[in-house]
Amino acid sequence: MSALQLALGPLQYYWPRTRITAFYETAAQAPLDTIYLGETICSRRHELRANDWLALADDLASSGKQIVLSSQVLLESEPDVKAMRRLTENGRFLVEANDMGAVRLMQHRVPFVAGASLNLFNAQSLRLLAQLGAVRWVVPAEMSAEDLAAIEAERAFDLQTELLAYGRLPLAYSARCFTARHFQLQKDACEFRCIEFDDGLRLRTRDGEPFLVLNGIQTLSDRVLNLVGELASLPGRGVEVLRISPQAHHTMRVVQLFRDALDGTVSAAQAAEAISELMPAPACNGFWHGQSGMTRVLA
Amino acid sequence: MSVTKQIELVCPAGSLPALRSAVDHGADCVYVGFRDETNARNFAGLNFDEAGLAEGLRYAHRAGAKVFVALNTYPQSANWARWTRALDRAADLGVDAVIMADPALMDYARRTHPQLRLHLSVQGSATNHEAINFYHEHFGIQRAVLPRVLALPQIRHVVANTPVQIEVFGFGGLCVMVEGRCALSAYATGVSPNCDGACSPAKAVRWEQTPRGMEVRLNSVLIDRFDPGERAGYPTLCKGRFDVDGHTYYAFEDPASLNALELLPELLRAGVRAIKIEGRQRSPAYVAEVTRVWRRALDACLADSEGFRPSPGSMSALAQLSEGQTHTLGAYDRPWK
Repeated sequence: MSALQLALGPLQYYWPRTRITAFYETAAQAPLDTIYLGETICSRRHELRANDWLALADDLASSGKQIVLSSQVLLESEPDVKAMRRLTENGRFLVEANDMGAVRLMQHRVPFVAGASLNLFNAQSLRLLAQLGAVRWVVPAEMSAEDLAAIEAERAFDLQTELLAYGRLPLAYSARCFTARHFQLQKDACEFRCIEFDDGLRLRTRDGEPFLVLNGIQTLSDRVLNLVGELASLPGRGVEVLRISPQAHHTMRVVQLFRDALDGTVSAAQAAEAISELMPAPACNGFWHGQSGMTRVLA
Repeated sequence: MSVTKQIELVCPAGSLPALRSAVDHGADCVYVGFRDETNARNFAGLNFDEAGLAEGLRYAHRAGAKVFVALNTYPQSANWARWTRALDRAADLGVDAVIMADPALMDYARRTHPQLRLHLSVQGSATNHEAINFYHEHFGIQRAVLPRVLALPQIRHVVANTPVQIEVFGFGGLCVMVEGRCALSAYATGVSPNCDGACSPAKAVRWEQTPRGMEVRLNSVLIDRFDPGERAGYPTLCKGRFDVDGHTYYAFEDPASLNALELLPELLRAGVRAIKIEGRQRSPAYVAEVTRVWRRALDACLADSEGFRPSPGSMSALAQLSEGQTHTLGAYDRPWK
């Protein structure tokens, strides 16, 4: 089991530049195999610009970790498409394609990671992407262990599988910015208010239950996916990389606990218990068990 | 700028009577689905079996209208054959096009039924010309339906950069999230638009009169609460009222329908080749009325796009059919974002 690699997913939230830099300085020291970098949510965010992300990638590459640049999930304008094209032509780093447009720009030319938003739900689609140059795919957040096992059992081609194992679930993307809407601002004049919410802006139901988190044009779950207790139930073959999604606090402690659990220096139950203290909200794992995503199925 | 005369009105049908309504009131094309999770309106009592589709095809083709079949959800490895069988069925019946989202299913269609016309569904989440051209190069799609996220200049840009015909939504329920990239329903109810073909399903809805008002839940999640006399709409998850930082409001979208009628001349000038009406879950009477209003507007606009203004009668007729009786331009209008 210790052969499993750990990846740090791209930062979903908008943080000040100094904080982002400091965050990745700690990531460079953490027991991570891969670090995903880049702004995937909103092209208006500018604390780090494309060149800054590339420079950061160069810095982090010297730590010996694999660096992957993640492309924006929702592209609306020609500048968005141009930025994606530049990313795919960076010439140095692997790119995570989060839109089929990015796949088109890299197919048969450079290897790439097929991101979760490509909606790859069956082995046939995976084979297509592998033929185009995908070297890794990221499992859609809503896929169950059973469906993943069916894919892994069926396929007979090389493709690494990466599974989101920890973090708030990315659930939806929109043309509309919900953080701006909350402040009754238009997206084009949003005042970058999302920078005030380092773990997103919590949305509750009218009976006070935390439900979702608003993060600009993205909506995340409030509950935090945690599969550390499920490591024993991973499909017998397939998953090679576990992704941990950044959160405002304690991300690298979570990474360390995952590493410890994978290495067997703590039990999965102990790791789950320790991580529960580090989470911004209660845990969930329903999708993994073929249920509503917000459900928590006890091991 | 010359305005294309080739623009199709694509209307929804969840039943044979609705299909006849659409055809009778001037739809160029009607889109339908089978009675299972192979399409994105997988609701009880809705959709077509093979015999119904065959009859619908006869009816539409006699009137010179086309029939498209939506196979626009994502098959999984364990149930892959259900989608390919549905596709074979549609092809064998002689449908005019299939509307799909899954790349492997498109690949299967291209190999198995090379003559079949393929459309990229809105569920494919293709918002830019690079993505649309990807599906064109690999699978030969001839049309793409754009997600309801682009403003008009962005639509113009897409049209100018792809050989694929572009279809946009003109009227009906408004997904505020990018279609194909929304798992909110799956998160709350376990029913996934992507894989099960339904959002905020009726089986998960629970209404309850409480001292605080009429409450409506999806699964266990409170979507909204209504005061006496307040209009209580269907609890689609993203149309609920929630609390953010002490304020209770429609955090995602007010209950309103998309209505782009006033943008018709601009959509024509942009080179859009088809206008889609949402609403396969709606009644034949609804389909009849929306089709009638849009047919008349489209003809008027094609005759004189410079002078076209939606008539007050058509706007009020559409408002009557709109969710909350109000409508919005949605993402076509930048301030909405």
